[in-house]
Amino acid sequence: MATLSLRDVRKSFGATQVLHGIELDVADGELVVIVGASGCGKSTLLRIVAGLETATSGQVVINGRDVTELEPADRDIAMVFQNYALYPHMSVFGNMAYGLKIRGMGKAEIEKRVKAAAEILGIGPLLDRKPKQLSGGQRQRVAMGRAIVREPALFLFDEPLSNLDAKLRVQMRAEIRRLQRRLGVTSLFVTHDQVEAMTLGDRLVVMNAGRAAQVAPPMEIFERPADTYVAGFIGSPAMNFIPATLDQGNASARLSDGTLIRFADGPRPGEAGMPLTLGLRPEHVETGDGPDSLPLAVELIEPLGSETVVHGRAASGMAVTARLQGAFSGESLPVRLTPTHLHVFDAETGRRLEP
Amino acid sequence: MSSTTLPATARVPAVRDDALLRATRRRLLISRIIAHGALILGVLIVAFPIWMTLVGSTHDAATIGRGDVPLLPGLHATENYATAWNEGGGRTRTTPASIMLWNSLLMAVLIAVGKIAISILSAYAVVFFSFPGRMAAFWAIFITLMLPVEVRIIPTFQVIVDLNLGNTWAGLVIPLIASATATLLFRQFFLTIPDEFVEAAKIDGAGPLRFLKDVVLPLSLTNIAALFVILFIYGWNQYLWPLLIINDRSMETIVVGLSKMIGSGDSQNEWNTIMATAVLALLPPVLVVALMQRWFVRGLTETEK
Ligand SMILES: Nc1ncnc2c1ncn2[C@@H]1O[C@H](COP(=O)(O)OP(=O)(O)O)[C@@H](O)[C@H]1O
Ligand SMILES: [Mg+2]
Repeated sequence: MATLSLRDVRKSFGATQVLHGIELDVADGELVVIVGASGCGKSTLLRIVAGLETATSGQVVINGRDVTELEPADRDIAMVFQNYALYPHMSVFGNMAYGLKIRGMGKAEIEKRVKAAAEILGIGPLLDRKPKQLSGGQRQRVAMGRAIVREPALFLFDEPLSNLDAKLRVQMRAEIRRLQRRLGVTSLFVTHDQVEAMTLGDRLVVMNAGRAAQVAPPMEIFERPADTYVAGFIGSPAMNFIPATLDQGNASARLSDGTLIRFADGPRPGEAGMPLTLGLRPEHVETGDGPDSLPLAVELIEPLGSETVVHGRAASGMAVTARLQGAFSGESLPVRLTPTHLHVFDAETGRRLEP
Repeated sequence: MSSTTLPATARVPAVRDDALLRATRRRLLISRIIAHGALILGVLIVAFPIWMTLVGSTHDAATIGRGDVPLLPGLHATENYATAWNEGGGRTRTTPASIMLWNSLLMAVLIAVGKIAISILSAYAVVFFSFPGRMAAFWAIFITLMLPVEVRIIPTFQVIVDLNLGNTWAGLVIPLIASATATLLFRQFFLTIPDEFVEAAKIDGAGPLRFLKDVVLPLSLTNIAALFVILFIYGWNQYLWPLLIINDRSMETIVVGLSKMIGSGDSQNEWNTIMATAVLALLPPVLVVALMQRWFVRGLTETEK
């Protein structure tokens, strides 16, 4: 079907640079999710791919063809908008058929395609309704249908689920995933929701202030985040960050209270005494008394049903969040910062330090 | 009260001789009487002159000429309206109302349609396109708001006469079409159309004119209807400009013709015919408002998105 490549895409609005050179290659049939905090430039990037915005410099290549200067209609793409952008005065059928009609497709063929797409999406009985007469989930489907009937090379989604309630969002998420698999259309999906990103994407692009902080499959991003931004952004509750310094021939980290933690997977490069940021996910914080355990004063308990999130503070003032199986109650919680799941980052650059 | 909870289906028995309830009802009644009284008074004040005109158009010239002001309809309605419609009124036998009504109708429709067409196009350009001087264009349009026809009437007259457009429909209508009110209203409405529609249309491959025809115009229908009513009445009531630019009696509009029927004082006016003509002049605007009322109100009060 189609591949997509972005080559050093940059974008400035006046004096403010919003995108700082994005490189990305999307394979045929792949679903890549662009995830990042609000305002980091996700939509801008997607709109540059769509042709709704012009890049200040750089190249957009769809299927080996440089489309940087082409009109949106000539790029063989379809886009699903956050608020669906269904024309309110047209019926569901009219909305789905509009793009095909403009392309001069025959009535019979249009009818066939719209019917087929409506069948796939389960909106067959709604074809005569106006958007106003549809629920949020149904509108979402119509917006998808409008994209599907075009049989485009590329699907672009800009936060299409964020106007739905939580339950419907989970359901539509799975549905989009199935549909994309089934149709095999190369897709770019923008979201600010990291759970959505993790569950949907073959690969994620984690964006931070106009840069791609990391491009990798979801589990790799979770297990080996490239920097502290990615580490803090992906995973809920967020990773604990602990300041430390490199010590003992680069094989250990020394915390501010003097505790030594030996790296389980080998020494890190760098000079002795170099400031580090250690990262430990709340679910990897172990509890229990022991010689090296750290007593936490419990500040907040969040029961989630099968697990409990405990926010506490160590004597040194360091805040630690732990995620425990089952219920918990109490004033204090002894934890151990076990080295097995420790992430080590350079405190100055924020980059991950591999052994 | 002995107990605070009631059986599920029980109703509370009415309190006998409930002073609070009586006071509330009385207050409600009084406020209704006041409200209705005020409304009825207002209607009477507005309606009375119209009633007088209606009554006046049903008496013969002599009755009104004597100075009696009858309050009840007379018996000469048919002949008065026939005279007004076929021959016109006044000693001078002015233009028949049938012709003047047609002229006024044509003028009002041309003005309303022309204004709407022009202002939709200019508002569309100002809102949906970015071109050099866009804001300058907008402000230029906006400033014309401060120059009503009467202020620029002498230069406009000069221009129209120089162009040999005196006594023509073009000369009558075009200067009245140029104004910014409608442009401004359409601009405000177009600004409420979400950007996503524009973008979806771009991806669908709709060009600017196609987008205007398929999306913007259908969404603006109620606004167009509302503006049509307002502009029709604006056009219908034009007096000064038609008076200046039209000398040809066969092109006279009814508002102008009506005032010409009233003499300068030394001769007896045929008030019965004049009033019949006035009633006829009232009808088309009333009809337009009545027929388009539903759209009109919707267009002014809600935005359909
Ligand atoms: N048309 C525009 N003009 C000026 N600044 C813009 C424009 N569009 C977006 N921006 C800015 O670019 C940044 C990125 O925006 P956007 O791509 O919409 O972020 P995201 O979708 O990640 O929330 C924001 O700071 C926003 O204010
Ligand atoms: Mg966005």
